[in-house]
Formats: sequence, structure tokens, C-alpha cells
Amino acid sequence: MRLTTTGSPSHPFGSVVGILATEDSGRKERAREIRLVAPGEALTASNLAGYRGLLFCNDGPESRSTPLIQRLRESDHLKDGDIVVMEGATGLVRSLYRPRERHHHLFVTERCNSNCLMCSQPPKDRDDIEALTVRNHAIIDLIDQPPSYLTITGGEPTLLGDHLFGLVSHLKAKMPDTEVHILTNGRTFAWPVFTRRFAELDHPNISLGVPLYADIPGVHDYVVQAVGAFDQTIAGLHQAARNGIRVEIRVVLHKQTLPRLLKLAEFIYRNLTFAEHVALMGLEYTGYTPLNIEELWIDPFDYRDQLEAAVEFLAIRNMNVSIYNHQLCVLKPSMWSFAKRSISDWKNAYLPACEGCSALEECGGFFQWAVRKHSAHIHPIEADRVREILNVSA
Amino acid sequence: MARTFFPTEKYGTKPATFSLLPFRFMRLNSKELLVNEAGEFLFAPSGTVQDLAEGSVPINSELYLDLKAKHFLYDEASSPLFDLLATKIRTKFDHINGGTKLHIFVVTLRCEHSCDYCQVSRQLTTRGEFDMTPATADRAIEMMMDSPSPAVTLEFQGGEPLLAFDMIQYIVPRAKRLAKERGKLLDVVLCTNLACITDEILSYLRDERIKVSTSLDGPAFLHNRNRPRRGGDSYEKAIEGIQRCREVLGHEGVAALMTTTAASLEHVTEIIDEYVRQDFHSIFLRPISPYGFAIRTRHRTGYEMDKFVEFYKKGLDHILEINRGGYRLAEVYSQILLTKILTPHSTYYVDMQSPAGGAWNVLVYNYDGDVYASDESRMLAEMKDWTFRLGNVHRDSRASVFTGEPALKMFEASCNQALAGCSDCAFQSYCGADPVYHYATQGDMYGHRPTSGFCTRNMSVLKHLFSRIEENDRDVMRIFWSWITGSAPRTEAALCD
Repeated sequence: MRLTTTGSPSHPFGSVVGILATEDSGRKERAREIRLVAPGEALTASNLAGYRGLLFCNDGPESRSTPLIQRLRESDHLKDGDIVVMEGATGLVRSLYRPRERHHHLFVTERCNSNCLMCSQPPKDRDDIEALTVRNHAIIDLIDQPPSYLTITGGEPTLLGDHLFGLVSHLKAKMPDTEVHILTNGRTFAWPVFTRRFAELDHPNISLGVPLYADIPGVHDYVVQAVGAFDQTIAGLHQAARNGIRVEIRVVLHKQTLPRLLKLAEFIYRNLTFAEHVALMGLEYTGYTPLNIEELWIDPFDYRDQLEAAVEFLAIRNMNVSIYNHQLCVLKPSMWSFAKRSISDWKNAYLPACEGCSALEECGGFFQWAVRKHSAHIHPIEADRVREILNVSA
Repeated sequence: MARTFFPTEKYGTKPATFSLLPFRFMRLNSKELLVNEAGEFLFAPSGTVQDLAEGSVPINSELYLDLKAKHFLYDEASSPLFDLLATKIRTKFDHINGGTKLHIFVVTLRCEHSCDYCQVSRQLTTRGEFDMTPATADRAIEMMMDSPSPAVTLEFQGGEPLLAFDMIQYIVPRAKRLAKERGKLLDVVLCTNLACITDEILSYLRDERIKVSTSLDGPAFLHNRNRPRRGGDSYEKAIEGIQRCREVLGHEGVAALMTTTAASLEHVTEIIDEYVRQDFHSIFLRPISPYGFAIRTRHRTGYEMDKFVEFYKKGLDHILEINRGGYRLAEVYSQILLTKILTPHSTYYVDMQSPAGGAWNVLVYNYDGDVYASDESRMLAEMKDWTFRLGNVHRDSRASVFTGEPALKMFEASCNQALAGCSDCAFQSYCGADPVYHYATQGDMYGHRPTSGFCTRNMSVLKHLFSRIEENDRDVMRIFWSWITGSAPRTEAALCD
């Protein structure tokens, strides 16, 4: 699904964030809106006055005051209510928040202090924090219907420092009932002062999603390509728990993490008992993963026994465990009830091999990029079999 | 940084040497069982401990990594995470947090049963010298509420406490009022044989949310033999009482305990089946206490501890079989030990703790105001041995009870970390100390482990459970975990791949 398009800026301007509108609105609303003008719409100057920005599918009028981008390459994906940013420097129009979707993100930085072998969003060493913080505050201001869930992601969000506290405070004030999940490597939480300050924000519905790749430092540090990261993450998780901050542990399954997966499950149970959720996740074939595929790839079909053992280990201990990014046809049937449809709407796809499968509705499908690299064992499942499995696990 | 990746050697740096963290070990089933201070364990190949002592475990072998991940050793390649280990040890000792939780009120010694194994009861029917007075009750309630614990349990015992129901009615509202004043949570439990239960009493228990604990020793022939009363109908009374309790208090409102006498030893499956028949979902296979009249009647009721161990093992097999068949039945002692072994948590069972539960976690207020370290302590006193009488509610405060000569003497023998035969035992983290038991059976609070019934029982039971854990049978482990978590066991999905 498309998230960006480009056009020609009418004149130099910075970044403008607004709510997309395809029809005329009142004066008050216009101050928060970016008007998308379809081809053939006959509009007068007063029709266009007062908007935060203007987007034209064809040629637009001369504008020196209102930010305007014309001759958009695509516009079909832009819907009323979407929050978009128009970049005056490049003519880029990016969709940042789409109310009708289930998954919502605030992307806070591309910087990271780790460099994971399988990072799906490779970090860039460029100071984008100030600019993105301004943009994210603008997004929060513009959200009219608070979503149920919102994920803060990067890069490494804790690198924002005070800016992260500012965003969390803003979310707490604007939408206290929205469940906020911060995807972080947890290392910064090893610093007691940082963690205490975070806890003092006292957001009523916030949790951390922290990756952990092994029960021993060597493997984890290699995967995240940072010496000392394991010690910091473990210390960070404990600081968080001590301060009453809820945490989730996320494990990406691949050649480096699978050999000690069961031992990692035991380590989590013994040392991180407070984790409210453990997510065991399939590899995403994007970002760095293709570069390191030799170091990473194991067909999910080939590790299904190890996965079952780890899930079972945690589940009988009453730990809340889920499987993400896996297709049902490569999981053991006993694992179906743990598999979650976690792939974002705009990322998910199915293969030709899925045709005729009766479990599509229950299945997470694939990340779009998985079309290029996936299990060799993807196959359709017959309706009777699906019913049988669902009945047993119900 | 981007797109430059470094090889694994950069991160798995090989340390030159390693250092040991505290652990204990034993040989079990031709392996070595290592247990650390936080109760984490590892089955390792024979010879591992010697290799550890000599520093010759190959660094970066799987075994080395396992030992490191489980806090048996550390090296300079990464932080030893002492903070984490400290948290785990603290969690394991949570039972000493807060102060005395269980407070047993002996409201009367009178009873209409005359059980051989009973330690204390008196065959009198009228109120008198063996009943608690209101003045004594007032002081005992005060002392209970002086415990720093934010949650306390008041347990009525006897004798048969229902013979002094008026005293129960006197104590409950006063205890509740004081609990409210002090901001404490209060649980009330009544231990009764149910023979004298009435509708009036049941309504009272329901309205006051009092839980009932009763005795059920097995099927009628065994129960009535163990628990004689005039009319020989103890079993019938108990079963009828359980039904009536359930009707008024709900199914979970009544629990049952059994005592194993010599007569019980041959009947473990019948005893267990009786619990299933009565729709109980837990059973506690308990040996007889070597106290009070039980010692005098040893020829009739007593037995060697290894007899009990056989009874327990056979019983456990039968219980597992029942669970496999789909009926959830937990064996309570195993459940407690498994929780100690398999989870990071502490347990609050007072008879299996170090420091021993006496005074720290349980105090007994006798009908005459004497304060004892445990139920067993007052039973010794009924045999004219007041070693464990820590004070009297009329003369002492909580502080003087804890700092008096009897308490201090007892505390010295209350930590298995400092007892000969326990200090280097692999099972130390899972076991307890019991100065009262050892004093009663061996004449010495410290006790002699090789001849101790306490040690025989716990070593055997723990070895048995560890053997089952090492076998790692999927069904058995699921059943064990269902006992620990209180959830229904995950059933094997009837699916083939």
C-alpha cells in the first residue's frame, strides 16, 4: 500500500503537517487541513483560502503564501482524514497517520545505538530528532479520534532524551486511554535517572517492547552488533520493572537466536518474570536482512519444533506468549492459538501458493517483502483441517 | 556504522579465566545436580563440579554458557549482573518479608473426638479451664495486629473450636475492627471436624467470609479408625459437613487435610480416590506429627519415615494417573516443593522455610494466653515441655516474645544455611529448618541429619521430584505446572502433523 508520492512545490517552504481534505470545509477546520484538489475541480480563490497547505493533482495556481505542491504523481491513496506531511524542499507528500487502519506509528528517529543484523529499518547517522519531534507533536495535535493503540518506533526512541518525555507527556494529556507501545532496545533504561524520569511521567497506558536475542551476552551482542548491549538491556529491563514500567520481550527467530531459544525462554521466565508478554517473531526480509541472509536464514518449517518447545515452555508457566510474522501452514497446529495477525495492513500480502487455502482469514500472511524470501513449505490448508485444528485449540 | 557488520568473535570474547558464584551440588541419577543461591538448577555431566573447581570447564562450550546464563559463574567478558542475582535471591526469600502472617488461636482444648494421633484434646464437654477467656482473646488480637505484616490470617484451632463458638463470635468482630484500624487485610480460617456444625454456624461463617478447613483421612473404614468419636460416625459427620459447607459457602469454601497413620500406609490409593469421590482438587499427603499423644501411642500410629516416603511415591504416581485421566488433583506438598524448584517465587508454607516459620511466619496463641512458635510447639507443652513457649499475651509484647531466651535459642537453629548437614546440601534452597521437630524427635534443636525423619522425608521427596523433572515427560511436566499455576493443564492437542 502506498504511503508516499511526489509533486512540484510552488515555492520554497519547510514541512507542513495537516489533515487531508478533499472537499470544502469551514474556516476553522481549514487552519488544520491540507486541501487535495482533484483534476477538473473548479475552484475560486476563496474556495482555497485559509488552508494549511494545498495539493493539486494537475497544475495549481500561483502561490507565494500557502504551501502548495502540484502535479502529484499519485493521489488515489490519499483519503479524507489522513494526516500527511508535505515537504517544500523535495515535493514529497507522505502519509503519516491513517485513522481507518488498525496499526498506528509515530516514527521518532532514524538514529540507533545498535545495528542489528536483521534490522528492518536500518539506522542512519543523521540528526533528525528535532525535526521529527516537531512533526510528531503536530500529528498528536491533529488526531481527532484517539486510536486504541499507538506505537512509538525508530531507530531508537530513547535517543530522543527529553524529547521522548515531551512526546509521552503530550500523548498522556491528549489521549490517556490510548495504549502506547515504545519499541526500544532498552539499553538507555539501564540508567536509573532516565528510567525514574520516564516512570514519573506516569502515563497510564504505556509499555516497552524490548528485543532480547539470547540468554548470554555473546550471542545477543553479536546480533545487535554492540558490545555490552546485553548487560545494558537486562539492567534496563530490571530498572523498568522496578519503576513499575510494563515490558514486553521480543525475540526475532533466526540462525543466531534459535540454537538457544529454549534456554532463552528459561532465562526470561527466571530473570524477567515480570514481562507481560513475550513475542516470538519471524524474520522480515527487508532492511539489513538480505545483506546478512547467510547468517540469518532458517526455514520456519525447519524450526517449528524448537518454536513449539519454547512457546510451550512459557505457556505452561502462565507467561503470555505470542508468535508473530509466521504463516499457519509452517506452524505446528498446537501453535495456531499463539499466532497473532501482527503484520500491518499496508505490509501484508499472500503468495500464489496460498491460493485455495482455507486458513487465510486466521493467517497472518506475509510481509510484502517476504514474497522474495519465504519458507519452502507454504501450502494451502483444507477447510476440514482448519476446522479440526481450530476446534481442538478452542 | 551502517552496513558494516563485525564477526561474532568481536562479541563472544573469550575470557582468560572465570570466577564461581555460590552454588551447592549433589550426585543424582549419574549426573550432577547444581543449585545456585536463587534456587536455579542445572543437571550437568558427572565431573562438572570438579572441572569448575579446577577452572577447566572449556570456555564457550555449551555447558560453560549454560553455567554462565544460570549464574553459576561469571567472567570479565561481561557484567556479572550481581544486581539481577540479588533480585532473584531477594524474591526467593520474600517469605521473611513483612512479619508474622499466620496467627493460630486455640480457643479451646475440648473435643468430642479422641484421635490417637491428636496431641492436645481434652474429653470435657463443659466450659472451663481449657477455654480461652475474653481477656486473653483481647490481648492475643492485639499481639496479632502488632505484626508488621500488611496481611494476616487468623486461624481457629482446638480442640474442636466449634465447642467454643461463642469465643469465635467474640474474636472475629474485634479482630476485624482492629484490622481496619491498622489498615491490614484479614483472612479468617476455621479448622473443624464439622461434627458439630449447625445452620446457624454456617450462616455465620458465610456472612463473616470464614473459610473452613477440615479433616478427611480417607474412606469411612480408615477415617473412622483414625478419628474415633462416640457413635463411630466421624466420617459420616465430616462428609455431611462438607456437603453443607459447600451448599452455604460455595464449593471452594471448604478444604480438607489428611493425616497418615500406620493404618493409612497400605491404603494410599483408596485415600486419594476418596478425595476425588468427594470432589476435592487437592490432597496433602501428610505424615503424622511426632508430637503429643502421637508419641505415646507410637506403637499404634507411628512408623518409620521411609514407610511414609513409599506411601508418598505410590500416592504421587496414582495422583498423576488421575490427572492424566482429566481430573485435576494437586498433591499439595509436591506443589509447594515444585514451586520452590521450578519458579523464581517464594512460598509461604510455614513448615518448610528457612528461617523456620516459627514466630517469623506463625504464632500460636494458646487458650491460656501462652504464645508458641508453632502448632507443634504447644503440643510439646501439653507433654510438659515448655521449650518453645515464647511468652504469654498477658505479660509480653510482640517485641519481648521475639527477643526472649526461648525465641533466641530457637532462632539459632532456624536457618538451614547454618546447620550441619544442610549448609552444603544441594537442596538447601528448597528445604527448611525445623528446630521444633528435631527437638521433639532427637532432643536437640539442631538435629542430626542422617537420622532425622525431617531430612529423610525431604531428601527423598526432593530427589523423587527432581528425577521426574529430569525425565521431563511432557504430560507430567504439564500436570506439575498446572499445580504450580493453578491453571488447567494444557492438554495434548489431538492432532498429528
